[in-house]
Amino acid sequence: MKVFKLISRNSMRHKLRTILTIIGLALAVMAFGLIRTFIKTWYAGTEATSPNRLITRNAVSIVFTLPIADKDKILKIEGVKNITYAAWFGGIYIDPRNFFVQFAVDPATFFEIYPEYIVPPDQYEQFSKERRAVIVGRRLADRFGWKIGEQISLTGTIYPGNWDFIIRGIYTGKEPITDETIFLMHFDYVDEVMKRDMPGRVGQIGWYALQIDDPGHAARIASTIDALFKNSLAETRTETEKEFQMNFIQMTGAIIVGLRIISYLIIGVILLVLANTMAMTARERVSENAFLRTLGFRKYHLIGLILGESLLMACIGGLIGIALLKIVSGVVAVAIAQFFPIFKADLITYIACMLTAIIVGFGAAVFPIQRAIRIKIVDGLRVIE
Amino acid sequence: MPLIPINYTIRNISRHKITSILTILGVSLVVFVYVGAQMLSNGLKSTLVATGSDDNVVVIRRSSQSEVQSIIPYDQAQLISASPEIARAGDGTPLFTNEIYVLISQTSRSDSSMGNVVVRGVTPKSFELRPRVKLIAGRMWKDAGSEIIAGKSIAQKFIGCGLGEKVNFGGREWTVVGIFDAGNSGFDSELWGDIVQMSDAFRRPVYSSLTFKMADTSQFAAMKNRLENDRRLTVDVSREKEYYAAQSRTISGFLNIAGTVISMVFSLGAIVGAMITMYASVANRTREIGTLRALGFGRFNILFTFFTEAIFISLAGGFLGLIAAYFLRFVRISTINWDTFSELAFNFEISPQIILSAFLFALIMGIVGGFLPAVRASRLKIVDSLRAA
Repeated sequence: MKVFKLISRNSMRHKLRTILTIIGLALAVMAFGLIRTFIKTWYAGTEATSPNRLITRNAVSIVFTLPIADKDKILKIEGVKNITYAAWFGGIYIDPRNFFVQFAVDPATFFEIYPEYIVPPDQYEQFSKERRAVIVGRRLADRFGWKIGEQISLTGTIYPGNWDFIIRGIYTGKEPITDETIFLMHFDYVDEVMKRDMPGRVGQIGWYALQIDDPGHAARIASTIDALFKNSLAETRTETEKEFQMNFIQMTGAIIVGLRIISYLIIGVILLVLANTMAMTARERVSENAFLRTLGFRKYHLIGLILGESLLMACIGGLIGIALLKIVSGVVAVAIAQFFPIFKADLITYIACMLTAIIVGFGAAVFPIQRAIRIKIVDGLRVIE
Repeated sequence: MPLIPINYTIRNISRHKITSILTILGVSLVVFVYVGAQMLSNGLKSTLVATGSDDNVVVIRRSSQSEVQSIIPYDQAQLISASPEIARAGDGTPLFTNEIYVLISQTSRSDSSMGNVVVRGVTPKSFELRPRVKLIAGRMWKDAGSEIIAGKSIAQKFIGCGLGEKVNFGGREWTVVGIFDAGNSGFDSELWGDIVQMSDAFRRPVYSSLTFKMADTSQFAAMKNRLENDRRLTVDVSREKEYYAAQSRTISGFLNIAGTVISMVFSLGAIVGAMITMYASVANRTREIGTLRALGFGRFNILFTFFTEAIFISLAGGFLGLIAAYFLRFVRISTINWDTFSELAFNFEISPQIILSAFLFALIMGIVGGFLPAVRASRLKIVDSLRAA
């Protein structure tokens, strides 16, 4: 126990320096945790996917459409239990900066395939009866302060013209990770307007979402579908919902890589701050350490003392950093809720932060230990400062 | 009383080498991250600005935002091509092109992830309107064949886009017969082919965009007004340079904000590091400070000396960080541009403003980190400090 007392006394010899070091460590650990949480959030879309769902889209790219007539052909394939379709609407609400996701869907089947979007039955009924009705996510409604019955005007980018919709329902997510920011309209309404304005674009949907009987059959079903439309005017590409989402995330891969690099550089900063403090203590205690050794302390005692002090500061800094992370991530989550609905530091992140701090604690002690055990007692006693 | 010579400050920095080096490294890491993010955002902007030219005009369908969503029927294109404001080539034909723009999914060579690659169906005039586009390998496509040429960035990044390789889209197999260099503009991230072949393959009896050169750019506002208010047309008219520059909005906004926020948090770590170093520097030299004061150097003089020491350290860190970041110029990034939903390659690019702001940033870290320790040094009482061990 004496050793621990010595370590803690040692670390409080320069109170200000120790406090500053711990503050520096805590801030850096927090930043490390924030970046990790951000990267996790980026991938959140893939975690909200269901293994029972496949997505079929045009093989050329997602901006190409598929004929609505493919629906019945796909439904006949063994293992496909249910199917729905959707199209990316891409309208502008007042200003392009107000971006949110808008899907034109088939009301009858969409909510069957996506049971995690929960709509009160009376609202759903209202929505299905009316062509211009829409259902919006709870967070989206909160963002713009929309109420049920409110009229929303969008300017079409893909579907030209000005579009008026009426909010008839607000959905909530079943799971905390369910996206509650989508704007859902009737595909039939969009298609009817197309029939009038651009007859060449009638009956074209963006993608099919299908429910299959068993995730184990996913590969077989996907290849059957793609083979079915091979050499047709619209060849398809079918993949699991997770792979489909992954494609979008990988497109921004370079940015994720950049963030990862930055998070490693942060570890560098933590290490530098702690190593600096430890190097100072090593310098100051050269003669003292020599003195301890003449008293009979062995080299491993010195190693323990130095390592202990370094780890003590690292752990306190790490713990404060984690506490800060908890507080700050809560604040950040509120600020960016409209873009990233589920920003939350998880247990693994907290553990990673603490481990990082501990590793840094070891790393920062390397140099002072080397210095303390290499020097001869006589030389150590000779040093004046 | 003269100032304490600057030499004293510099020698002090080299007195505790390890501590000074660690602090300098801390500052340089922060500056490196800050400069990196700024360079990336700047590189993206300059790539897109370079894509457009001053006297070219782009026409897309009204409120379609970008060429991907845009559709222009042949009759509208014809009407616009007859505009008197369009410059003429040597042979009297208008410098006007209509293009098709589609995105195809391709697989990346490095990690087999998917990317959206632009395929542009062009006319011979397209090359005249973009003089930067030059064939650097292979040859041009032959008419009536399934042949395309690839921008140099796309050729490197995606499977099937290199010289002699084959890409499948629009129900055909296309051979890449040439590679072009578009002078690090956005066109480097595109595949180009003959518009007749493209509209045939994609079954698109419409254009995506029109581009033409103005004979007199001062007429732009009047012409934009005339075309956008023509009842027969539903178009948005913009200068090519502005059209492409606007496509950097989302990503460079993101990079600027993320870069600044991250480096701010980062800088707190470095400031703490600098403070630790400077406090130690003051503590180690208590007697020296007393001696200096006894010799007649004033409080302000002491303050100034320690302050300059902190600033020297931070500027050295800034310099080191800048040098490290400078080498990022040789890194080329290819990622999706959210404004167009297509792949775009660009370099980290430095600018005088970035260099200046990096030094400013380092300077601020030095000032914030060095101020309190310098104040402590200047407040030491002569007698007490001379007595210090």
